[in-house]
Amino acid sequence: MALLEVRDLTVVFQRRGEKPFTAVDEVSFDVEPGQTVGLVGESGCGKSVTSLAIMGLLPSRGATVTGSVRLEGQELLTLSDRQMRDKRGKDLGMVFQDPLSSLNPVIPIGIQVTEVLERHRGMQRKRAMREAEELLRRVGIPDPRRRLDEYPHQLSGGMRQRALIAIALACAPRLLIADEPTTALDVTIQAQILALLAELVRDTGTALVMITHDLGVVAGLCDEVNVLYGGRVVERGERHALFAEPRHPYTHGLLASIPRLDAPRGERLNPIRGSVSDNIPWTTGCAFAPRCPRAIDPCTAVTPALEADLNGRLLRCHNPVPAEAPVPA
Amino acid sequence: MALGSVRKDRIDALAETANTPEEDSGVSLAASAWRRLRRNPVFLIGAGIIVVFIVVAILSPWLAPHDPADRSLVDQVIKARNQIPAPQEGHPLGGDDQGRDLFSRLLVGSQQTLLVGVLATLLGLAGGLVLGTLAGALAGWVDSLVMRAVDVMLAVPGILLAVSIAALFAKPNLYTLIVAVAMVQVPVFARLLRGSMLAQRASDHVLAARALGVRPRAIVFRHMLPNALGPVIVQSTLVLAIAIIDAAALSFLGLGNPDDKRPEWGTMLASAQGVIDSHPHLAFLPAACIIVVALGFTLVGESMRDALDPKNRR
Amino acid sequence: MLRYTVRRLLQLVAVMAVLSLLLFAWLRALPGGPVSALLGDRATEEARRNLRAQLGLDQPIIVQYLKFLGRALSGDFGTSTGVQTGDSAVEIFLQRFPATLELSVIALVIAVAVGIPLGYMAARKRDSLFDNMSVVSSLIGVAVPVFFLAYLLKFVFAEKLGWLPDSGRQAGDIDATRVTGFFILDGLLTREWDAALSAFTHLILPAVALATIPFAVVFRITRAAVLDVLNEDYVRTARSKGLTAPVIRGRHVLRNAMLPVVTTIGLQTGGLLAGAILTEKVFAYPGLGQALALSFEKRDFPVLQMLVLCAAMVYVLVNLAVDLSYAVIDPRVRTQ
Repeated sequence: MALLEVRDLTVVFQRRGEKPFTAVDEVSFDVEPGQTVGLVGESGCGKSVTSLAIMGLLPSRGATVTGSVRLEGQELLTLSDRQMRDKRGKDLGMVFQDPLSSLNPVIPIGIQVTEVLERHRGMQRKRAMREAEELLRRVGIPDPRRRLDEYPHQLSGGMRQRALIAIALACAPRLLIADEPTTALDVTIQAQILALLAELVRDTGTALVMITHDLGVVAGLCDEVNVLYGGRVVERGERHALFAEPRHPYTHGLLASIPRLDAPRGERLNPIRGSVSDNIPWTTGCAFAPRCPRAIDPCTAVTPALEADLNGRLLRCHNPVPAEAPVPA
Repeated sequence: MALGSVRKDRIDALAETANTPEEDSGVSLAASAWRRLRRNPVFLIGAGIIVVFIVVAILSPWLAPHDPADRSLVDQVIKARNQIPAPQEGHPLGGDDQGRDLFSRLLVGSQQTLLVGVLATLLGLAGGLVLGTLAGALAGWVDSLVMRAVDVMLAVPGILLAVSIAALFAKPNLYTLIVAVAMVQVPVFARLLRGSMLAQRASDHVLAARALGVRPRAIVFRHMLPNALGPVIVQSTLVLAIAIIDAAALSFLGLGNPDDKRPEWGTMLASAQGVIDSHPHLAFLPAACIIVVALGFTLVGESMRDALDPKNRR
Repeated sequence: MLRYTVRRLLQLVAVMAVLSLLLFAWLRALPGGPVSALLGDRATEEARRNLRAQLGLDQPIIVQYLKFLGRALSGDFGTSTGVQTGDSAVEIFLQRFPATLELSVIALVIAVAVGIPLGYMAARKRDSLFDNMSVVSSLIGVAVPVFFLAYLLKFVFAEKLGWLPDSGRQAGDIDATRVTGFFILDGLLTREWDAALSAFTHLILPAVALATIPFAVVFRITRAAVLDVLNEDYVRTARSKGLTAPVIRGRHVLRNAMLPVVTTIGLQTGGLLAGAILTEKVFAYPGLGQALALSFEKRDFPVLQMLVLCAAMVYVLVNLAVDLSYAVIDPRVRTQ
């Protein structure tokens, strides 16, 4: 049994007096214990909404969540608010994008770590403080005892993100969700944080769902990669295979648009044409069709299904990039 | 008074909206604000009240069935028995303690209220415009000096300032009342205009105009002032409500227009104090008029402020 | 922190100096000065000149100001010429200050104790009927002239229903011992319960009237601040930790939302002083507001000068206290 099973997860937003908007559309994926799974896509593809839906953090008004999210076989979507609160922070941890705004500016770092220990592990403040110091040390914050009494604005960006990771991992959750954890950081710090996440995941056996628009992050960290477009998974595969041989034109385009140092001089970058706002609805065909260089007639008439190719790669495309012959096992 | 016990933050936040960039889709700030306002019931109710009030104020000399100063019912007033004219044929609300037709006085009173509110607001705006533009456009020591003075004025609670000023004229009349109410608003407008000027000085369209060699005076009048218009309209609407309430408070303290021939709601309310126990309607009716009109301007001002707030745009 | 406080106190001195000069100049530059007030319009020119010389008004205005300043610094603001003729302005102030402070504090407590919880609830139930009703009633609260509301309360609860007294600070037949000048406190200290109760019932109506506007403003600011904070990322983080609702509310939402509310409360103290002028007049409440209204009426310049300066000083001091309390709530200010 997989640790996390997401089946046909659908999130529809409805504001008063406006048309409903489907942000996540029948998304399914599994996460095995200890595995790192990437959700990749441009902003607006539904990856963050997926993570908030798993955590049960979407607003109760205006957002309708259907489908199924099972953690160790237990359905999360039907849990009461109280039961879900017991899961969050204990079995499910989350790291957010902007560490400065995600930490409370008027509360010392120490309290922000200990409150989760007090809540889920029933620790007294004093013991929790010792534990918090240890946690901060483990995520690589120097002089952790002093940091306990400091406030978020007194820490550097990388240190803040380390503190957020310490908070998310405080109760040794089975699953950690990281939503663009490096986007707001300097490039040098990004690499450090990714290395830290990889190390922690390896040491603790926590499974990780990595949400990012940055294929570089995925390449270094994830075992399996889901590419999302317009709220649906368009391609899924093992990391090395996917990078070596992207088959969906969108994945292909994403990889081709990364500047490469080893590219021949004079070669042009290949950006994907248009923007997410050019989408057509999935019900009338493939949402990516208007931007797709390989679009053919059925693409704007028939909704493509998510199907496995000969190598076991899952694809949602009428006219995928040709694959090499299947490699005999 | 309430809004007039000036909140610098609120003024400054409003000033900031002068520098809100246009939306991607090219919908201007004013257009998108207007789109939201049209559907906002709070705005529509407020606007309805204001329109009715202005129409009545302008037409009141023709609408009023009697001369508001004519003491035609005086023979029905018996001071000793505390008796005043009851509602009767031709006098739907009866008379006041001087035997004048109450209904006509209420109608004509709207004119004075409108006059005081509008003139005081315009005067306050003019003063604030001079100070704020000077400070915002010239910066440097002029700015420091003007803003220090403005902050000192803001340090005195609004109504206290108005009362002080009104009390200092030997004989209160309509114009001293207007000046007193207007003076309170000068620092408010000055701070608002300076804030929006500063917000814009650093903005791209002003930099572009400067880079093109447009003369400073033209930049101020053609590029900066028009953009400050939105916040100024909002503030003026709110100030109108404050001015009407402040003017009533001054009349209540005996610092209003003593001219009995020109009825004014605040004065009517003040002069009804003596008979409030036996004839409360003499006080309640003018008070209700003040409240409804002030509420109308407040509703419109607040909903416009919300509509201009970039946080609410979507 | 200390340097900041000292700098603010120096600013305060500067503001007071400028304000006193402006006030002083204004009082003397305008027609209807103390001479006409004391002698009336029909006095002879000679009588006027004598009085001017007697009051020192014939000297250059700068000399007058410096003399005034010198006396003021030694605690002499002159003698009342109308409000309580013969008493010194300082005496009048000290006598009436506890009354107005008692009234303002109770009004502020009402405004805060009702405004903050209501504002929080309205924000939590945004766009609900409760929210819309409270927003509209807070706008109405702002549009009602204070003195009219005072009259309305007096008319209904004192005249018609007779539940509460209509004027004064304490029932006349109570012979209470005076200790601090705060009547409720005095009653409690001396265990004269009937005196404390009487002082309290006398305070209810004026305090409610005075509290409406600060209440409406505190309500609105709290609502807006809570709405802002609820959208903050750190509240989402707190929820992702599985914290219980009371912890999220108390530790994460309210504490941050209090920043703008504290500023507002500070600013409202100025409005309280102004509102006291009108409220105290309606309820014949013997406080500073009543004295101020009287000093305008009778052109009692020494009293007027003293009270306006004190009002401004209280206002500036409260704002200083607000800025300092900011440092307590917000570590970003404290550690800069």
